Amino acid sequence: MEDIKNIIESLLLVTEEPLTIARIKSILIEPGRKELQNALTELAAEYEARKGGFFLREVAGGYQIRTRPEYREWIKRLIQPKPLRLSKPALETLAIIAYKQPIIRSDIEHIRGVNCGGILRMLLERKLIRILGRKEIPGRPIIYATTKQFLEIFDLKDLKDLPTPEEIATLGDGSLENME
Amino acid sequence: MQEDNYNVQIDDIFEGPMDLLVHLIKKHEVDIYDIPIALITKQYLEYIEWMKIMNIDIAGDFIVMASTLTKIKSRMLLPSHEEDEEDPRLELVKPIEEYLLMKSAAEKLAARSLLGEDTFVRNPRPENQLMDHEGEFIKVGLFELIDAFQKILENISPHERVDITADTISVRDKIVQIVEIFESLGSTTFNELFPKNAEQSEVIVTFLAILEMVRLSLVRIIQNTRTGIIRLFYL
Repeated sequence: MEDIKNIIESLLLVTEEPLTIARIKSILIEPGRKELQNALTELAAEYEARKGGFFLREVAGGYQIRTRPEYREWIKRLIQPKPLRLSKPALETLAIIAYKQPIIRSDIEHIRGVNCGGILRMLLERKLIRILGRKEIPGRPIIYATTKQFLEIFDLKDLKDLPTPEEIATLGDGSLENME
Repeated sequence: MQEDNYNVQIDDIFEGPMDLLVHLIKKHEVDIYDIPIALITKQYLEYIEWMKIMNIDIAGDFIVMASTLTKIKSRMLLPSHEEDEEDPRLELVKPIEEYLLMKSAAEKLAARSLLGEDTFVRNPRPENQLMDHEGEFIKVGLFELIDAFQKILENISPHERVDITADTISVRDKIVQIVEIFESLGSTTFNELFPKNAEQSEVIVTFLAILEMVRLSLVRIIQNTRTGIIRLFYL
């Protein structure tokens, strides 16, 4: 298969969600994972060398062509997207779930010190978090975790792609170093 | 000083007692490993008084922290008998550290190239179009609510100064009334909850009732970004 890179590129153009290597493999069948991986790396490098309007991002376990952030204002003139607009408390709650998942509500509220019921409902509605099940302790509280949509929106490969607590502590604005 | 208190109070109502604590620690530039507990407790309680003046029940979450602070403060005053006795302030340090870490994590998340905000895909899936139904809605913040409230107050004849303690109807009763409205209508606009000829005190009680209902997650408040109309939904 000579044009494997072109085939993948055409798939990437049409796909609605991040394309996983497994999915590409199920379509192309013949080439091995390694070959597909190489083709994707080459494509990403080509887009990078061209420095055009888009690039190839590895998000939520797959690959997706996305526009470069530099051109956001122009795109907003074209399509008027619905902004994500999460409040600070909502972002904090989401961050706690992202880092501590699977987590129950009382543990989230313990960290934030406030009731999170409304925020959790909103995050569920926006499909940024999901219910994993119930914890088998008295009251059988609901267990929360983040979704694939969360990875897609926050441009994350997977959960391991989140900055480590050490990275946050040394780089963050509200870090302990700045407290003194 | 009073002005400062007032701002923080509004800012922090929905962000909780940890935010107030962190705010005080930052404001006084103290080391979180060596918190001047008497000073911080005093200030914390002052802020709570301010919050009580405006919103009565909302300070509920804050009381727990106040009692923790007071407990630590009194334990600090007791002479220590054992050599290796733990610093009572440690009870605070760990949660504060954890909370600060999560706050920075949240900032980091927000600073990423967000899909639908900074970066875009060719075929966005419908579920990536957040809140697409019924026009463009955003969840309303406390500031927008207060703005809306101020508009309503402006429409009321400006007579005597408001005395919140002299309410003829309690916040609790008002919540019951609002719930009844919701049970028959399902949702209502913010303005509909304030009758044109209402007493100023009733308007304030209604506003406090709405805030309390938001806190208890009884209602969801969203604002149409085109019309600016604020609508409340019963959950």
